[in-house]
Amino acid sequence: MAIAVSQAGPVAAPKRHSQFYLGWKRFSKNYFAVAGLVWVAIFFIVGIIGPWIAPYSYKDADFLAMHTGPSWKHLFGTDTVGYDVFSQILFSIRYALEIALGATCVSFVIGVILGLWAGLAGGIADVIIMRGVDFMFALPSFFFALILVVLLGKGLGPMMLAIGVPGWAGYARLIRSLVLSMRNGEMVEAARALGASQSHIAFKYMFPNVVGSMVVSLAFGIPYDLTAQAGLSIVGMGLNPPMPSFGNMLAAAGENILGFPWLLYFPAGIFAITLLSFLFVADGLQEAFSPKGGM
Amino acid sequence: MAEALLAIDDLRVQFDRGEDEVFAVNGVSFSIAEGEALGIVGESGSGKSVTLMSALGLIRENGKIKSGTAKFQGHDLLKMRPRQLEDIRGRDIGVVFQDPMTSLNPVMRIGDQIMESMLTHQYAGRREAFERTLQLLHEMGIPEPKARFRNYPHEFSGGMRQRIMIAIALACEPQLLIADEPTTALDVTVQMQILALLQEQRQKKRMSIAIITHDFGVATNFCDRIIVLYAGQIMEMADTRQFLRQPAHPYTVGLKNSIIEIGQRDRQLSPIPGMAPTLTEPPKSCSFASRCPFATERCRSELPALREISPNHHVACHRAEEVLAHAI
Repeated sequence: MAIAVSQAGPVAAPKRHSQFYLGWKRFSKNYFAVAGLVWVAIFFIVGIIGPWIAPYSYKDADFLAMHTGPSWKHLFGTDTVGYDVFSQILFSIRYALEIALGATCVSFVIGVILGLWAGLAGGIADVIIMRGVDFMFALPSFFFALILVVLLGKGLGPMMLAIGVPGWAGYARLIRSLVLSMRNGEMVEAARALGASQSHIAFKYMFPNVVGSMVVSLAFGIPYDLTAQAGLSIVGMGLNPPMPSFGNMLAAAGENILGFPWLLYFPAGIFAITLLSFLFVADGLQEAFSPKGGM
Repeated sequence: MAEALLAIDDLRVQFDRGEDEVFAVNGVSFSIAEGEALGIVGESGSGKSVTLMSALGLIRENGKIKSGTAKFQGHDLLKMRPRQLEDIRGRDIGVVFQDPMTSLNPVMRIGDQIMESMLTHQYAGRREAFERTLQLLHEMGIPEPKARFRNYPHEFSGGMRQRIMIAIALACEPQLLIADEPTTALDVTVQMQILALLQEQRQKKRMSIAIITHDFGVATNFCDRIIVLYAGQIMEMADTRQFLRQPAHPYTVGLKNSIIEIGQRDRQLSPIPGMAPTLTEPPKSCSFASRCPFATERCRSELPALREISPNHHVACHRAEEVLAHAI
């Protein structure tokens, strides 16, 4: 009896799913992450259109209406100088986002370059870069940021640098460890057997394979930078008034907490929800892109 | 015999492990003729992969090539600059690895991965490379090439991925294909399909294949000639027919007796006792002596040279003739 075994049996092509689609499917099952994403999206939209929808300019103080409570005229009330708190918050979101995103980009770019370099080159370059990482971790980065603000000034650009530059070490360490685990792996060996050059391997093979992890760490990095920026403002090293920032508002509100608590409720509430949302999103991303996430 | 495509001569490779050195390849010489299928058989750690991979410059950082030449079409691969080697790898010499699960780039569409090597080596333009990829997928027996072109590696089974690896290796029509344990990670049914596919491609393209395997059965099925490696040295080298009829080295005899065959419940398996050694100094006597049932005083003191005991049959054993004659 002969049993025919076809050389290549007809295999039905499974439905095409990109990595992104699979990740999204897992992400969308996490309700906290989705809720966080919605809030973050609103935050971003407000950050973009905020200056146009704000009822008042952040510079126009209404001296006749100081310390008024929430009303239809001033949605979140007015503060000690007569600024409209709602408008202040809208502008703060704009600047907070600009600085946080800028700072995260700065840390990310420095971190990726140094991390790739350390991981790929090895040897003395690796030693020097990793001792740099140790140094950064030993030093409180907030302290480092303070020094940089003093050196660079208080504008938007200097703030990005001040918060971003000290943050590179985490990214560098992460990407280096990912590169090291891949460098002697079979995929890279196979790529080299194809005749792929070193830079081709770095950008076509290694980078796309670490992007998932990088996205996750970026998502964790943004709320960190938001907090750092607010912290700088609270100690008086943030954006100069009258440029509004969450830190300035919180610091001022804290002084008047007994008399005018709404000055604290709205900014602090929005800021806290935002930070939480970012963390939920980051958490969801981590789960979605984790290799252990399964399918 | 046809002209040698790749001739390796007296290759010695060492690995620096920090506290000591490992002598992985100790003076291996052999050649692969054009159109030939050569099997390199050995246990893990016998240096079978290291031999060929170091010729391609694909050696771990702590490995060093101490001596030897590896002439590919007359040019010594070991003396080439990394750039030149990159040109040869993937274009003139293709490589298929053991584990298709981990060797493919998980975030790149498989069609792009096949096209990639053609584009890297300027073997073809984009349009041409695309057409050729579809044809390769078809030749590899992958149904619906057009649809599958855009799939990612995780959407394929192990056997299908190995077919894709082979397509990548064959993309630039290499003269030599090195298959490093190409079937080890696959199911037995798929193993035969992959071997048949390789055989078919070899005959069609008239290329040489060097197949590295620990599976004596795979080697005897597939290859014209077989080399048995042990502790980084060639123990026996002969035509496949010779191996099947009458191996002359006690190690080869042992390997043959260790094969489990279906339906031979009553046959006594006689595994080789002990383990393959890791040499931390150059061999001064027969490396197999400690596991060899026929070892004598001479085997433990004198390194047997690889000698030709009959035409095209090379053995490195002091007592090869006796083994052949069943005298012991």
